[in-house]
Amino acid sequence: MPNQNLAVPELAAIQIDGMTRSSFLMKSALAAGAVYGTATVGPFVKQAFAQEGGGGDVDILNFALTLEYLEAAYYDMGLKEVKGLKGDAKAVAEQLAKDENEHVEFLMSAISDAGGEPVKAPGVQFMDAFASQDSFLKLAQTFEDTGVSAYNGAAPQIQSKDILAAAGSIVQIEGRHAALIRFLNGVDITEGAFDKTLEMEEVLQAVQPFITS
Amino acid sequence: MEETRLEAPREGTALGEIERDATSRKRFLKLVGGTGAASALAILVAACGDDEETSGTTGGTETTQEPSTGESTQADNGDVEIVNYALTLEYLEADFYQQVLDSGEITDKAIAEAAKKIGMNEQEHVDALKATVEQLGGTPATAPETKFEDVIAGGPKMILATAAQVENIGAAAYLGQAGNIKSPEILAAALSIHTVEARHAAALNQLAGNKFQGNDPVVGSIPDGAFAKPMTMEQVLKKVQPFIAA
Repeated sequence: MPNQNLAVPELAAIQIDGMTRSSFLMKSALAAGAVYGTATVGPFVKQAFAQEGGGGDVDILNFALTLEYLEAAYYDMGLKEVKGLKGDAKAVAEQLAKDENEHVEFLMSAISDAGGEPVKAPGVQFMDAFASQDSFLKLAQTFEDTGVSAYNGAAPQIQSKDILAAAGSIVQIEGRHAALIRFLNGVDITEGAFDKTLEMEEVLQAVQPFITS
Repeated sequence: MEETRLEAPREGTALGEIERDATSRKRFLKLVGGTGAASALAILVAACGDDEETSGTTGGTETTQEPSTGESTQADNGDVEIVNYALTLEYLEADFYQQVLDSGEITDKAIAEAAKKIGMNEQEHVDALKATVEQLGGTPATAPETKFEDVIAGGPKMILATAAQVENIGAAAYLGQAGNIKSPEILAAALSIHTVEARHAAALNQLAGNKFQGNDPVVGSIPDGAFAKPMTMEQVLKKVQPFIAA
């Protein structure tokens, strides 16, 4: 049991009900602040929701960009740090690193094209996820599943047809990644016939432990 | 990680409830797969895309793409056609896995188990899409007569290769329609199926021994690289034509 104490946020455990975005952000910032220090959380929260409720597609793209930064960093770092990473697991990690970095590049230019300002890459920390191939793949599964649910949750709110098409094109890749990782982990490739959706607030809470600034 | 239930239900919370509560999720899936399909889909469709009201904090300045009619399930004829198109593809997939399993050609236990699970997902998609068409006031497409005899006679290798391709086509088909769907609720439902098709596609290509990318655009676990390509109805129908008898 290599990562018994790894803080993997299980999607099923996420509970945010009846909260407005502001009150949620305040609460999560306070909760996370208690662990990591309020000063380190504030900037990210502000950055990720820079134009709360008013930025439309640009907000959604920046939200997606933040997730892609996190995923790209995870695989880039994992490829360097996970000892004994080999075979299919290594090949998959390399492919996923490539894809996530391409998503980052694309989203940055899409945001600029839409007249927005791409958020900066957040500081990240992945605790002991790189301790072994098993723990690395386990957290990767959470990230990919969260990515699927995040895009699926946000996509119906996208106004621009082009941006919707791009989001659809990316989320399909996230789904494929999730299945490849789950395949390596020896678990079911889906949880039922319909992928869950998550709201931005829920996603933010899920990834908060891995964001340091 | 306890799962507490908050007392006050918020508006449009049915899907949120399903997401958060394993018990109601199981109930939902059971419903969708059974005779209660119509009502379960009603919950799904009614709940999806209804989040703005509860998460927005800007005092009603947010607008949705659809004119507000108070009817969250209204959709135009185009959506019915798209859902029927998806339904036809799902019929095809579900029937394929059923025939494969019935044939006994797959002797590898792990692969048979995967085919069974994926086939069950496809059947749930069939049931959900049928119910959606009905809910939109349309008539669900009837199941096409299929022609998988040659593929199945070709043995496990050909079966897997075909399944891998069909799932890639299915994922591309959903992606090709995302921008054409008018109703945000139907879009949300289609997306939640789309990524499941993507998962099937990646896993089956892996099982079939395909690389990330293949020589053919519909071969590979990530055949288009970081950005999936859509397929039009014409492209899809041409690809699946060999499997349709009538």
